Amino acid sequence: MTTLVLFYIAAAIVVGGALGVVGTRNVVHATLFLLVSLMGVAGIYVLLFAEFLALVQVLIYGGAIVIVLLFALMLTRHREFRGRMENPQWPLAAMASISLFVVMIAAIFANPQEGSKEPNHTDFTDLGTSLFTQWAIPFEVASVLLLIALIGAIVIARSGDPE
Amino acid sequence: MIELAHLQVLSAGLFCIGMYGVLARRNAVLILMGIELMLNAVNLNLIGFAVFTDPDRALGQIIAIFVITVAAAEVGLALAIILRLYRQRSSVNVDELNMMKW
Repeated sequence: MTTLVLFYIAAAIVVGGALGVVGTRNVVHATLFLLVSLMGVAGIYVLLFAEFLALVQVLIYGGAIVIVLLFALMLTRHREFRGRMENPQWPLAAMASISLFVVMIAAIFANPQEGSKEPNHTDFTDLGTSLFTQWAIPFEVASVLLLIALIGAIVIARSGDPE
Repeated sequence: MIELAHLQVLSAGLFCIGMYGVLARRNAVLILMGIELMLNAVNLNLIGFAVFTDPDRALGQIIAIFVITVAAAEVGLALAIILRLYRQRSSVNVDELNMMKW
């Protein structure tokens, strides 16, 4: 019962933060709302006994991605947006999102999944062993992907000759 | 207790909010934030199914770690592209980016 209450609180934080991201007019506030939402997701991971994911979520999203987004805002924010923050098609976007949500809810309740009643616990040791034995090659590929992406980012962002 | 359906509903809601952000915003950085929300919704769903239906293997969490890795790479690249764009067009408004249209 307590976990359910905590889950509802965390879910309210997640959804409220996400609504803040898409609703606020101030871009820095949007980034901070994103941080709130992502930390709510980390709280839900803790409630599901996925502590490693919660740690990774806080470190990568809270520590890296939000900072990078703030850098992007800082470096591109000389001219404020005048007028609306949304483009003219926002009612269509809202309709599309709401209808997708309705369809997904209908699908979820039309096909209830058979699952265990309790969340299964995977401890750090199993996760690490599995990651570095069975999934070692995908792990290396992911590392190379990250390296290539960052080198590519440096090459793209470097101030070269403006074409 | 938390059930799988709770997580699925939360994940669907987060995904749709993120999709609205991607479709409706004009600032490229805010669109990127919408994509982050959508990726988190996917991760939430993945972890939900992993902890409720996969009894002893860590597969769901490992795939979620890969998703987070790819999200980090994507944000880094997107920042570089946005910076380049800003330098050339002095705007990050995606409505004004029509150089690939003819």
